[in-house]
Amino acid sequence: MLKSIDVLMVGVGGQGTILASRVLAQAAQAAGYDIKVSEIHGMAQRGGSVVTQVRLGEKVYSPLIVKGGADVLLAFEKLEALRLLSYLKKDGVLIVNDQAIDPVPVLVGAAEYPPDIPEYLCTTVPGTLVFDATEIAGRCGTAKAANVVLLGAMARRLPIERAIWEKALAERVPAKLLEVNQAAFAAGYELG
Amino acid sequence: MQDIPTSHVPHRGKTNLTLKLLMGNEAIAYGAIEAGVQVAAAYPGTPSSEVLSTLAGLAREKGFYAEWSVNEKVALEVAAGAAYAGARSLAAMKQVGLNVASDPLMSLAYIGVKGGLVLVVADDPGPHSSQTEQDTRLFARFAKLPVLDPATPREALEMTKYAFDLSEKLLLPVILRPTTRTCHACQDVEIQDGNASLQPISGFQRSPNWVIFPNLSARKHVWLNGQQEVARDSFESSPFNQLTINKQSDVGIIACGVSYNYVMEALQLTGLAASVLKIGTPYPLPAGPVLKLLQHAKKILVIEEQEPVVEDQVIALAWKNRYTTQISGKNDNHSPREGEFNVNKVRSILESFYGRQPEQAATFTAPELPLRTPVLCAGCSHRASFYILKEAARGKDTLFAGDIGCYTLGAMAPLYTTDTCLCMGASVSIAAGLSRVEPHRKQVAFLGDSTFFHSGIPGLINAVHNGANITLIILDNSTTAMTGHQSHPGLNRTAMGPTDRSIDIARMAEACGVEFVRVADPFDLKTAMQVAKEALAFDGPSVVVMQRACVAQMKKGRRRRINPDLCTGCGACVDELGCPAIGKPAGSPEILDNCFGCGFCDQVCPVGAIEEV
Repeated sequence: MLKSIDVLMVGVGGQGTILASRVLAQAAQAAGYDIKVSEIHGMAQRGGSVVTQVRLGEKVYSPLIVKGGADVLLAFEKLEALRLLSYLKKDGVLIVNDQAIDPVPVLVGAAEYPPDIPEYLCTTVPGTLVFDATEIAGRCGTAKAANVVLLGAMARRLPIERAIWEKALAERVPAKLLEVNQAAFAAGYELG
Repeated sequence: MQDIPTSHVPHRGKTNLTLKLLMGNEAIAYGAIEAGVQVAAAYPGTPSSEVLSTLAGLAREKGFYAEWSVNEKVALEVAAGAAYAGARSLAAMKQVGLNVASDPLMSLAYIGVKGGLVLVVADDPGPHSSQTEQDTRLFARFAKLPVLDPATPREALEMTKYAFDLSEKLLLPVILRPTTRTCHACQDVEIQDGNASLQPISGFQRSPNWVIFPNLSARKHVWLNGQQEVARDSFESSPFNQLTINKQSDVGIIACGVSYNYVMEALQLTGLAASVLKIGTPYPLPAGPVLKLLQHAKKILVIEEQEPVVEDQVIALAWKNRYTTQISGKNDNHSPREGEFNVNKVRSILESFYGRQPEQAATFTAPELPLRTPVLCAGCSHRASFYILKEAARGKDTLFAGDIGCYTLGAMAPLYTTDTCLCMGASVSIAAGLSRVEPHRKQVAFLGDSTFFHSGIPGLINAVHNGANITLIILDNSTTAMTGHQSHPGLNRTAMGPTDRSIDIARMAEACGVEFVRVADPFDLKTAMQVAKEALAFDGPSVVVMQRACVAQMKKGRRRRINPDLCTGCGACVDELGCPAIGKPAGSPEILDNCFGCGFCDQVCPVGAIEEV
């Protein structure tokens, strides 16, 4: 019997959460899991908060993760990690891209971007992994592969073999971008 | 329109099954292909859009026809026409789109179809991206048409195939009504690798039964009412309804559509016992499975999102069959009529129904955070158009009527150039109505290019005919951006590929009788401002087409930066534009890495401090 795993991927519209969720789903399928992925399309994609939910298990009913139910919270932006923190299980895994994207109230000076988010998260959730995925992806060839760096870090924490992940990545990423994404995945995996 | 081959029908041989991760909307498209759909038509709208975009992507390869229609009414009529000739056809739309298509729908129920017609209407409880939370199952009942409610993408595929067969059996359109969490949920779905078989088309046969005169309607209404019972009988043994009796429990739960998933998981989490009747055919509700549950259960709880469509039918069935069983749900306020369900909500409904103390899962709490609401993209030309109209109208008491699309975001700070938004195409007529009672105010309406074709044209013709003093700004970004860049009649592409028949919006406005029609580039601030001022000064209806392609379809320009030696820190670039690439988080304005290079802020800066990097 496969243990159920709920993964919440959070970020800002346009950060590539959907590709990451598709690679995870592909790997999970190969590892024999029943899968449900839930996404929000439409207006929220215009720079709003976006949440992609991936649920794996022997048999998955609901496409939605409950509050306090996520085994993994994978945050593509740190403010969004904080926003969705209530969805993480008390003993869940928190992986955070140390990147700040200012929402409009902050840009116009009407609100402050909360300071010291990584410190707050690391204190609240012991074992939190925070790193600059955008910078690491840039070193691998393109900052756009930050989503795959994050995916690599999470991959190491999940009970799915590395070879299965690599195959799923190859199946989901266009051939001409595969090499840089493989490097990004490996760099993330080392951190995970 | 491409012809459907009638003499030579390609045969799609059965082949292997493959497992593919599909979104519910994609599964519906594959189901339609496996059922041999020959004509598919839709107008995009979240959460329905991927049904037709998937079909359009496969249409040439599989040998059928797909189109983005000008609006939902037209889409349904195109599908109906094809079905009159015996072809299997599909129309797809979101729930508010069905309001637009309600005229053909209500009559089509009387006239009926020959080839199977499946009408996919995606509901959006929440709502996530809609004006209303209306329940299409209720609409189906109103129109007297059977409706299927898929719980998962897999079931959506099976239901789509079945819906074509049922439509041909009943000679009626059949509605498939997924909700957001089926439309945009992904699951492994088995699909046929090769091609399904296309039915030969028998062709349109002349008959008075296709012409809806009142005496025909009177006869057909009797027939239509009779078909309700035929549909109900068809659902009696449907695999989409499943009863699981739990002999240890006297509680029965009826779970409808996507809510079935939440019920099953909430039962697992709480350890509560119940017999469960899953309903996938909410109207007309078959009596058999409900009566079986009534024989067993002492108390029944109906869990369905939105309206008590199944609950009301269960109550009627129980009454008719002399059961005094307690039937709970919305009528006794156990479950809400508003909002989207999830496992937690259903869990607390169950716990309260069982009289059990609710258990709270331990969660982390986060401090209050700045909101991250959607925003017009960096480099979006709508921002420039809003800025220009606001400036052009400065000093004049002006109202701005908005419409449906990305540009509804014009209502947000700091643009504040959308005072009203009602439904597709309403802006021009709302402005005209306001002008009748507030002639002292300037009335400006905004419409997107796709929305103009969808339902804006009648409002414009009306404004001309009746002499309304309004200014219509058509925000032409050469796409249907909000829903995923679908084609529309103003473009040189259709759902199936390139075309040379694009319709010019400005010429269209002239043909509607508008005397003042201008085209401007919103990124040319000086010229566009002059045009906007002239339009506002014009006595009578005036139209400005603000033409600039959507940033999502353009290459980035040269990034901008602020020259600190010239910047006076006035903040106009931040406070007037609300561009996500310009901010002053540290106090003085700066341009961020996500700058698109549109160059509009250069022209807004009063001291010329913004320059190319």
